[in-house]
Amino acid sequence: MRIGVFVCWCGSNIAKTVDVVAVAEAAKSFPKVVYSTDYKYMCSEPGQSMIRDAIREHKLDRVVVASCSPRLHEPTFQRCLGEAGLNPYMVEMANLREQCSWVHERTPETTEKAIELVRMAVAKVAKNEPLSRSRMGITKRALVIGGGVAGIQAALDIADAGYPVILVERTPSIGGHMAQYDKTFPTLDCAACILTPKMVDCANHPLIDIWSYSEVEDVQGFVGNFEVTIRKRAKSVDESKCTGCGLCLEKCPVKGIPSEFDAGVGTRRAIYRPFPQAVPNKPVIDREHCRMFTAGKCGVCQKMCPTGAIDYEQQDEVVTEKFGAIVVATGFDLWDYSVMGEYGYGKYPDVISAIQFERIMNASGPTEGHIVRPSDGKEPKSIVFISCVGSRDEEHGYPYCSKVCCMYNAKQALLAKDKLHDVQTYVFYMDIRANGKGYEEFVRRTIEEYGANYIRGRVSRIYPDNGQLVVKGADTLLGKQIEVRADLVVLATAMKPQPDAKELARKLGISTDQYNWFSEAHPKLKPVEVLTDGIYLAGACQYPKDIPDTVAQASGAASKAICLFSKEAIMGEAMIAYINEDTCVGCGLCAEVCPFSAIELVEVVDRERSTRENQVMKTVARVNEGVCKGCGTCAAGCRSLSARLRGFEGKQILAEIDALADMVKVQR
Amino acid sequence: MTINATHSASGSDCSALSFGDPTFRDEIRIICGENVLSCYQCGECTAGCPVAFAMDIAPNQVMRMVQVGMRDEVLGSSAIWLCAGCETCRTRCPKGVGLSKVMDACRQIAVQSGIKAKEPNILKFHEEFLKEIARNGRVHEMSLVAFYKLRSKRFFDDMLSGTQMFLKGKLGLIPSRVKRVAEVRKLFKLSANR
Amino acid sequence: MKYAYFPGCSLESTGKEFGESTRLVAEALGLELVEIPDWNCCGATSGHALDHTLSIALPARNLGIAEKMGLDVMAPCAACYNRMRSAEVELRENAKLREEINSNLEDPVLGKSTVRSALEVLASPESLSRIGERVRKNLAGLRPACYYGCLLIRPPKVLGFDDPEDPKSLDEAMKAIGAEPVDWYFKNECCGASFGVAKSEIVVKLVGDIISNAKKHGANCIVTACPLCMTNLEMRQAEASKQRHENLTMPVFYFTELIGLALEVPGVRKCFASHLVDVNPVLDLIDRNLISTART
Repeated sequence: MRIGVFVCWCGSNIAKTVDVVAVAEAAKSFPKVVYSTDYKYMCSEPGQSMIRDAIREHKLDRVVVASCSPRLHEPTFQRCLGEAGLNPYMVEMANLREQCSWVHERTPETTEKAIELVRMAVAKVAKNEPLSRSRMGITKRALVIGGGVAGIQAALDIADAGYPVILVERTPSIGGHMAQYDKTFPTLDCAACILTPKMVDCANHPLIDIWSYSEVEDVQGFVGNFEVTIRKRAKSVDESKCTGCGLCLEKCPVKGIPSEFDAGVGTRRAIYRPFPQAVPNKPVIDREHCRMFTAGKCGVCQKMCPTGAIDYEQQDEVVTEKFGAIVVATGFDLWDYSVMGEYGYGKYPDVISAIQFERIMNASGPTEGHIVRPSDGKEPKSIVFISCVGSRDEEHGYPYCSKVCCMYNAKQALLAKDKLHDVQTYVFYMDIRANGKGYEEFVRRTIEEYGANYIRGRVSRIYPDNGQLVVKGADTLLGKQIEVRADLVVLATAMKPQPDAKELARKLGISTDQYNWFSEAHPKLKPVEVLTDGIYLAGACQYPKDIPDTVAQASGAASKAICLFSKEAIMGEAMIAYINEDTCVGCGLCAEVCPFSAIELVEVVDRERSTRENQVMKTVARVNEGVCKGCGTCAAGCRSLSARLRGFEGKQILAEIDALADMVKVQR
Repeated sequence: MTINATHSASGSDCSALSFGDPTFRDEIRIICGENVLSCYQCGECTAGCPVAFAMDIAPNQVMRMVQVGMRDEVLGSSAIWLCAGCETCRTRCPKGVGLSKVMDACRQIAVQSGIKAKEPNILKFHEEFLKEIARNGRVHEMSLVAFYKLRSKRFFDDMLSGTQMFLKGKLGLIPSRVKRVAEVRKLFKLSANR
Repeated sequence: MKYAYFPGCSLESTGKEFGESTRLVAEALGLELVEIPDWNCCGATSGHALDHTLSIALPARNLGIAEKMGLDVMAPCAACYNRMRSAEVELRENAKLREEINSNLEDPVLGKSTVRSALEVLASPESLSRIGERVRKNLAGLRPACYYGCLLIRPPKVLGFDDPEDPKSLDEAMKAIGAEPVDWYFKNECCGASFGVAKSEIVVKLVGDIISNAKKHGANCIVTACPLCMTNLEMRQAEASKQRHENLTMPVFYFTELIGLALEVPGVRKCFASHLVDVNPVLDLIDRNLISTART
């Protein structure tokens, strides 16, 4: 056995606190160590070259790299060994950084601790065994959850690359929040005009299947091999017969249901299409309000339908499908400001949220694009826009910034001025966050050309007076209270995660942050991946973002899925658990404690007790190598030592402990 | 509103502003427990303050001046004396900062440091109020008003309604006294011992 | 229910109607009020305005005595309530301050008593139902603007009573006696408090705003639960009217007076004699039981 030790300076990260030269020197005397050296940056190209050269020159068969955390560079050094012709798993790392130099001061004890850590690593690597990774097949089919612009973009990209996609959307139509908007900043493109072509592309694409009015119920499996149960809710409309003529919509007697698409400022009927450009452009029946289902009588839509497409007997269809990759694009929800007493608890009709104002401005909205007050239908002469309602406000809502409100406030003020020439607009703001392409110029245009009155300060209270609303705010730049009498007040409410985000995360086995936004694998370097392989994030479900970032992220998520599908097979992890079926007694403890549900109990032939004539069966545990993450919980719990973790076998750990104990004895 | 910031010829020395010097902020925090650095100057306090209209410095500006260490300007302002203690700012602040408590602390420091109050009558009123408590353990309103008028020389304020109230028996003639008034007086010494 | 009763200084003089009517109503409802023996001034605004430690120590003495009585505290005056409750909460949280103050008190504070305002006690669901049972005179025709002021409801994290933005307790109490409280928007706006003496121009402006909004929304009187608010609202009506060129004459009541009236508690009417603003126009309305839709 010939072990090589490589001690890294990590620039000054380790060397400032640990005497790395002394560590490398000390390692020379450790058992089986034939070569020991130090270098500034082991993970760099020259560093890795040094390791490869040393392996060749000194005929090393095992390596210890004393540097940073294996979480950072273990794969790097494993690859390095592979390139040098050794089994990649014959390397061990001693963490002299996160577990030593970063948590101690420069003292002799610190260097001694570093030496102990290296000695332990040397003792462990002496017991390492060559490991290999398993190959698994990939189902080259993607599931995109969420049909907003993020899901649409991801679906189109994956399908254009030649792989089939199922796009699941829980409302009756794809389009998401973007379809609700009037014009988008900073180009003032009409949202529907730029989105509907993509929606139609999805509908027409031979490789995309849109399952609207559907929801994901359960997710099993692992990367390349997911099994997802999806409930396709009964629309009560046979889509193969429905032509989208819309006759049924005109005659439905149940009116006045607050329309979700119109954010509550408009209404719909029990049989409805969320908006005229819906894709699929077929209606659904809301069974909670439809008289046929609540009272057992009506049937008008069925009578009106020329093709007999209405089917009250239709049932939900629950299917289980196989996918190789899942893109999560479930978007966001908006904070309900009606908890704020200072703004009227949501009871003043002329205090509305920005999305409601968006629907009022939109030509296909409930007022046909005429900006009017909800209370009396009159045109407002003064509109106040308030930023940060629920954002940057840890007392009432969320401490974070919702990113897009500064821009849409400016957009709404500009468009209001454009439509109503003599309206006065006021925007109460704390900061103006206009950090996208063309954004700052857009806000300046709103202020300088369109004359929006930007007032730097929050609003303490809104109350009604004489048919108007008194808005009590402040201008902190002037140091004065500012009271504005407004005909209409528009609140920029915070973006928040969907109410069932945490539940979906649980089904997918991914994490959420403290607000329930889905957690990316690394905030800087892995924005579209999550810690679970095969699942990717796109759009606002990860964190508030605007449309350009959403589309970019969606394409990013799609590219990850395409990359996965471009492989022939997936390589599993090498350092995973295995069960010795001869000694396993089938108690099932490991299956119970496994956090990834990666162990199942199976029936095998009991070789000890069986004869050729009489086969006796026994129960043993078996690890699903695709799902196992190598956490070691099963190995820790197994009473018969049958469950073990490759790369962390008992003899390896005990060798480390012995090495440490020896050193302590020597020191005493 | 003017801030008396003095600049040297090179413009680099603003002795009235002491950014980075935590002394005044720390003084405030020791008395009232508030961390003024939490304030992000949103102006919510100014927007809702019922007395801001009468103040020389807006409430959020008082907070800003405390943040940057403008001790003399804050303690010499009338704003800190005009704070009515209505707690609207503290109730609505999105960062949960208690500006009303900071105002209290400013007044306390001003008095302890012997700084002349910009609203002398208001300080006199508070002082006479507390003296009444030290005398009898309770505040006898007629005595309070009498002593206050003497000190503030506002003899003729509210003569009519004062007389009205007296005639209706609302200004009791005889002050009531706490028996264990010595115990009450001892409590006045607690601050000085800190 | 028995309470350690803390009248506070103003209920002995300018707020005497409040003290009187509170006692009468409590008796009528079967609540026993035992005055805290040898109570001292809570310090009110002047205490916390000049000396934080003193502002906690003064109420602490009263709390200690109440704890010895084994009772919770009921304080009608909003300032007394706010100071006593703030002290109760701060003493519970700050062990060092508690020790320092307790070492100077004969009766230490151990966190056993809770402080409530008279409004909190008399507008509790139990009290309201008791009031409802005993109403003899329905006060229909009375359209009070329920004025809460500041210190009964703010800061909510310390007091934990009612909703600081849209409080309801006083309105509920008024409804229980048959009055028709109006919807108005200055329920919780400050009246100027202790500036009534030392800087009355502030009070004139604020009182003007309050009464104007009450009138605008059809109130024929204002009902309050704070002796300083009452004094300010009564005393500054003439000046405010002049300043705003509006007639801002409006009777002001303590809510306990109105409850007493509805329960026909003997002795309540005597309180009205010492009001500074004549309440007879409204009393006549009630006495004649006129249901009026006309606005005054």
